[in-house]
Amino acid sequence: MDTLSVLVVDDEAGMRHSIRRALQDFTVRLPDIDGEVRCTVETAESGEDALELIPTRSFDLLLLDHKLGGMSGVDVLEELGKRDLDMLVVMITAFATIETAVRATKSGAFDFIAKPFTPDELKETVRKAASHLLVQRQARRLAAEKRRVRFEFISVLGHELKSPLGAIENYLNLLKDRVAGNDLDEYDKIINRSLIRAAGMRKLIADLLDMTRIESGEKRREITDVDVREVALAAIESVRPIAGQSGISIDLTESGPLHMTADRGEIEIIFNNLVSNAVKYNRDGGRVDVQLAGEDERVTITVRDTGIGLTPEEAGKLFHDFARVRNEKTRDIPGSGLGLSTVKKIAELYQGEVTLRSEPNVGSTFAIVLKRHTNPQDTTDAAQRIGTVVAGN
Amino acid sequence: MNKRILLVDDDPDYLLSMQMQLQGAGYEVVTANGTAEARTKLGEMRPDAAIVDLMMEETDGGFGLCHHIKRQDATIPVIMVSAVTSETGLDFDATTSEERSWIKADAFLAKPVRFEQLQRELERLIQG
Repeated sequence: MDTLSVLVVDDEAGMRHSIRRALQDFTVRLPDIDGEVRCTVETAESGEDALELIPTRSFDLLLLDHKLGGMSGVDVLEELGKRDLDMLVVMITAFATIETAVRATKSGAFDFIAKPFTPDELKETVRKAASHLLVQRQARRLAAEKRRVRFEFISVLGHELKSPLGAIENYLNLLKDRVAGNDLDEYDKIINRSLIRAAGMRKLIADLLDMTRIESGEKRREITDVDVREVALAAIESVRPIAGQSGISIDLTESGPLHMTADRGEIEIIFNNLVSNAVKYNRDGGRVDVQLAGEDERVTITVRDTGIGLTPEEAGKLFHDFARVRNEKTRDIPGSGLGLSTVKKIAELYQGEVTLRSEPNVGSTFAIVLKRHTNPQDTTDAAQRIGTVVAGN
Repeated sequence: MNKRILLVDDDPDYLLSMQMQLQGAGYEVVTANGTAEARTKLGEMRPDAAIVDLMMEETDGGFGLCHHIKRQDATIPVIMVSAVTSETGLDFDATTSEERSWIKADAFLAKPVRFEQLQRELERLIQG
């Protein structure tokens, strides 16, 4: 358990003693952040002593008497204001006048407590201060973590955009210098590779826009009645020409009620990613089976392919940002590594989950279970909670 | 007879670009996309020189491959290339004897490699 380090500054020995007795080992429960802290108490007789003691420890909470022998409580408060401390101050005032309280608060006190007070009143004041302090600290930690994740994301993104651009530039320079002579056929390979890398960049940008849409939580989500079957069919039709070129057949089977309360765009992203992956990573003459199963509470989307499959190790990383399986089999397949991570985030919005079963050279089966009716506000809140990695608000 | 170069890199685009340039300069080029493929190819033929990327992402990277080549035939010149200088701040070179004692390469070039420089190194090392 964490400790809450309290410094009591009072010139009356009796007061220091009774506060210590009330607070030593007092445990504050903080349901908001699911934590608890135990108080430890130190004391000082004067403001001067306190100011000397404070830099040597990291106190969390200062219980500061207003009326002290030497410098006053407010003097101490003003001096502390000049230092950058992660500490809250509660003023102990003998005269509970509005004026004193206002002056103390203006000088940076979090709260005040008027003498005489009972141990329970003191504990309640400490509980409030502790809760404020720890919630604030946690918020700061989360903000820092979010910043770190965002910087990391941007730096990987930069690299992922730079590398295809560099490859295309190299190829164009080879063409410009006619390194393989004047016969254009000699350059077919590098022209094809350039197109593949450009397609990869295009896919990355499209996925990035999808992801921004999900993660910003700002974009207006339109929660309506969505016919899942219709969305599935549209996704299938859009990849059918490409599938046809490799002799891949796509079948749709369905059962149960297939309407759900959702943002249509989000459901489209799920199908577009899963169905196009199932085609891209398939073998020539392979099969894609899209299965939709509606129940009272849930809709299950299953997409099965007969493609290159994944090792357990590869599968484990698949839903992370920019996770791409890089091997000989995927070399010529444009992908961004953002699609599945976005699918997973969307599934979370619908209190759902994504599971993957896969075997190398046999195929992969992605199953997504979504709650059929979610409260629009809940999912929007979830969208905001999931983070704002890209949008950065 | 054209001199035969083994070209090893984990980036297929880099391989293809470099292969074209080397072929344009009159070399015969055998490419390997990674160290495993390179080892297989080395079992099938003897190159006149090898150009090996550091391939930091592979468990057995360019250093390991370089060592393997030298153990198989110490007379095969190896040129190591890498982008590490610009990307990670690491700086390798094979100019001092101390560096040469642990980096088994005969030359070290930073990516992006200037082709003229690579060609000069190849000519020097293959003749020598």
